[in-house]
Amino acid sequence: MNRSRSNKFRQALIVLALAVVTVALAFLVFDQVNAIAAEQDVAAETAATGNYGPAPKLTAADYPTIAGVNSRVAVWIFAQLHLWFAAFVLAVPIFVFIIEAIGMRTRDKRYDDMAYEFIKVSITAYSLTAVLGGLLLFSLIVFYPQLFTYMARIFKGSMFYYALLFFVESAALYIYYYGWHWLQGGFKKWVHLTIGLVLNAAGTTLMLLANAWLTFMMSPAGVDPAGVFNGDAWAAINNFLWNPINIHRFVANIAYGGSIVGAYAAFKFLTAGTQQERAHYDWMGYNANFIAICALLPLPFAGYYLAAEIYAYSQQMGITLMGGIFAWLFIIQAVLIGTLFLSANYYLWCGMGRSDGARRYTKYIKYLAIVLVGAFLVWFTPHTLVLTNEELKSLGGPYHKILGPLGIMPAKNTAVNVMIIFTALSFMFYRRANKTATVSWVNAGNAIQVALYTAGIANIMFLGIYHGYFTNTVYKVAASIPQVLTTLVVIAASITLDSFIYRRSTDVGPVHWGRIPARAQYALFLLAVAFTWLMGLMGYIRSGIRQHWHIVDIMRDTSPDAFTPTLGYAANVVSVAAILFMAMVIFVFWIAQVSTSKTLPAGYWKEG
Amino acid sequence: MRQFLSVVAFTLITIGCFTAYSNYGIPQIEPAPPPKEEKLDLGSMTMDQFVALGERLFNGKGTCTLCHNSLGRAPLLDTLGDVTPGRLGDARYEGEAGNVEEYLIESLVEPSAFVVEGFGKKGTNDTESPMPDVSGGGISLSEAEILAVVAYLQERGGSEVTVEIPTDVGEGDEDEEEEEELEPREAVSDPKLLVSMFMCDACHMIDGEGGDIGPDLSGIGAARDRAYLRRAILDPNADITEGFEPDQMPEDMAEQMYVSELEILVDFLAENK
Ligand code: HEC
Ligand code: HEC
Ligand code: HEM
Repeated sequence: MNRSRSNKFRQALIVLALAVVTVALAFLVFDQVNAIAAEQDVAAETAATGNYGPAPKLTAADYPTIAGVNSRVAVWIFAQLHLWFAAFVLAVPIFVFIIEAIGMRTRDKRYDDMAYEFIKVSITAYSLTAVLGGLLLFSLIVFYPQLFTYMARIFKGSMFYYALLFFVESAALYIYYYGWHWLQGGFKKWVHLTIGLVLNAAGTTLMLLANAWLTFMMSPAGVDPAGVFNGDAWAAINNFLWNPINIHRFVANIAYGGSIVGAYAAFKFLTAGTQQERAHYDWMGYNANFIAICALLPLPFAGYYLAAEIYAYSQQMGITLMGGIFAWLFIIQAVLIGTLFLSANYYLWCGMGRSDGARRYTKYIKYLAIVLVGAFLVWFTPHTLVLTNEELKSLGGPYHKILGPLGIMPAKNTAVNVMIIFTALSFMFYRRANKTATVSWVNAGNAIQVALYTAGIANIMFLGIYHGYFTNTVYKVAASIPQVLTTLVVIAASITLDSFIYRRSTDVGPVHWGRIPARAQYALFLLAVAFTWLMGLMGYIRSGIRQHWHIVDIMRDTSPDAFTPTLGYAANVVSVAAILFMAMVIFVFWIAQVSTSKTLPAGYWKEG
Repeated sequence: MRQFLSVVAFTLITIGCFTAYSNYGIPQIEPAPPPKEEKLDLGSMTMDQFVALGERLFNGKGTCTLCHNSLGRAPLLDTLGDVTPGRLGDARYEGEAGNVEEYLIESLVEPSAFVVEGFGKKGTNDTESPMPDVSGGGISLSEAEILAVVAYLQERGGSEVTVEIPTDVGEGDEDEEEEEELEPREAVSDPKLLVSMFMCDACHMIDGEGGDIGPDLSGIGAARDRAYLRRAILDPNADITEGFEPDQMPEDMAEQMYVSELEILVDFLAENK
């Protein structure tokens, strides 16, 4: 016990040292920035615009080259690796906080143990996040000094607070983690929970700040057309796309965190030695998957909101996103998201084997599967793929001749809503699997459920078909809002109704945690891998729609890498980065494992 | 250990599938390279060449076809000559143009002066145009380029071309950019890229794709020899293909190419049987 504690202490020291180094590095950077900025200020003096000059017009000579290193790929990979880890360490404390609170309320210690285990996984990941952040910063300064300087002058303040908050977050995280067993019971537990809150507030604010920098590059604000900053830092932060990205990212990161923890649990399950361990990790995997699905359900809506806002900000950018060269990317995105939904559902279905009552529902599963795959195929059908007028001519119209009607937005919206509703249905079956209702009106209740789902699906289909095929273009998307509302109403109503039907229900038998086939664990791996890859892909499109601009319309990219790469090329970079990431994740899991194992070397220590 | 290895293998296979699908499952489209400043030699340009330049800008650097196409994102610009009087007389018109030429220039640099009904930004009740000011921001057409586009639009929209080719392209502040332009570019060796770079396919059908202003070049190698083809590019008016007018194909095509590129194009066409 003592040994492992001093081990932890050493770990904490190392990480703290890392944090100090990072902050020191940050100060160094500011020094450097100020130096370059001072130089530029002299040059811009004649511009007579106060402290801020226009965005520099760069030439190829402004981009340092370092033998054999492709600057864009280097920055790309570091940024992506940093983002993956950051998403993970942002998300885990959020649901750890929630699980801890649930544990406090229900006084079920299993929750507390699970929360602790989750946070343990994220603690090594946290120091890797910091290291990768440092590498990203370093590569930006080395390869894109002018861009970095320009950005740093505008965001000087927020970058400083970023470093500061990072410090706060580190401190909160270490107290939260290492104080877990110390701060137990009564008032102490509340203190612990409060530290968790501080941790999450710091983490989330960090993400918001970083998002401001990247959305500024997409939808610059607070600067004039020449890039002269007006000094209003808040305007630059609160730029047009900031909140749409904040929302989509926040939700996506939680789903992502859930999926990675799920993979951890799956691995522990597969390698577990005892039945008890298997049961524990099965339960953990189930909860992780539950978190991932809960966050997955609202994501398509957040995604469409983001796309709509991009369109509203700039029609040109919107078309580049959805209709231009990136149209094919959304086909890949659909494949990945379909993979997410199918694997999450598959895991649920496998999990029904845990209860003896599930047999009553297994006969429906195949229909769920058929509908999900069907909806997935519709979503996957290409949208408008027109790139040039020539292609338009050769296709004879904007849509594919046969698949065309399925490729338009209303059909896709319909498919997504159906997928979500059926995932909710899977969940309902899962929840019911081990229960027998005792209320007298159970048949009536079930009939209402059937009617609810039937009416909901019929309404979604009707809206989709009516608006998609019997109205003109302008109204085609009008269906999306009532469709979403239908989906939400059906899910909310059915959960409420079920909670009444199953009030005072009896259990069919005990839940056999651990009674789940190994292949279900692979569904959890698939979920994590697909999520990782999807994030990488979407990172590419987010940057890609800026095309040959560092900062859209303000600062042009004149480096040799200004061109937009093909999807295949991007996919290859994403894959390499993903494999690096997975290797690091395995390392993290491994560290989490060895830190708890002890070896007793015979004859090494002095006897007596 | 066995479990560990099979999880690793599973992960690698999954990533491999995604990669393979992205590389082979969908067509690999080479996105257009970043736009380059074209060197304008306005002094020696005929009006037809000026219009052709406008068309090239319309399809290329101006990114107009991103929106102005048959998908209904923006009005088609085929009847501008006829609709302009109506626009200028419209109660919603807020601009200062008095004729087609002025209206077109205004449409390009101040799109919100008049917003075609139903095409305004969402929620602005057609008071704000989603079209960017093409002289600024991401598109940055120069004054001369805007005039060329307007000339093209006049011709395309069936009205008389009234624009005059500017002779004094702003020197002074463009010095900087011109320096950049003079930088020699790398010679290109991919004939397909050359075809799109020099916009041959804007006028010619090649392998079933392209425009119909010039003769279809698919299978041209069967009918013409190298010497003829080379001449056709170097001096388009030396032989006029039956059924086509002279002076349509730009005369300075070959001047913009390296000799090696010309030969590559000639080979490419000659072998296209
Ligand atoms: C981002 C999309 C977009 C791009 C790019 C774009 N336009 Fe437009 N354009 C529109 C929309 C939408 C309208 C209709 C609203 C309006 O009248 O402003 C329009 C209107 C026009 C009009 C007036 C049409 C009329 O009937 O009165 C002209 C002329 C025009 N555009 C020319 C061009 C040219 C030339 C380019 C390229 C240099 C271009 N546009 C690029 C979206 C675009
Ligand atoms: C602005 C439109 C335009 C562009 C751009 C253009 N051409 Fe042409 N081209 C024509 C027209 C019109 C003719 C027929 C009249 C003539 O022979 O001059 C023609 C004729 C030709 C011919 C002779 C065909 C025959 O059967 O006699 C060849 C070869 C040719 N073009 C090659 C090219 C190549 C290669 C390019 C690109 C480097 C190119 N053209 C660019 C309009 C164009
Ligand atoms: C179930 C559906 C969806 C899932 C699971 C999903 C998942 C994700 C994930 C994981 C990210 C990376 C977030 C990050 O980097 O922190 C992302 C980013 C992005 N998504 Fe989605 N998304 C979905 C729907 C959509 C839709 C429908 C659109 C648009 C049509 C969209 C557009 C984008 C864009 C533009 C980004 C890049 C923004 C950024 O980097 O934060 N997404 N998505």
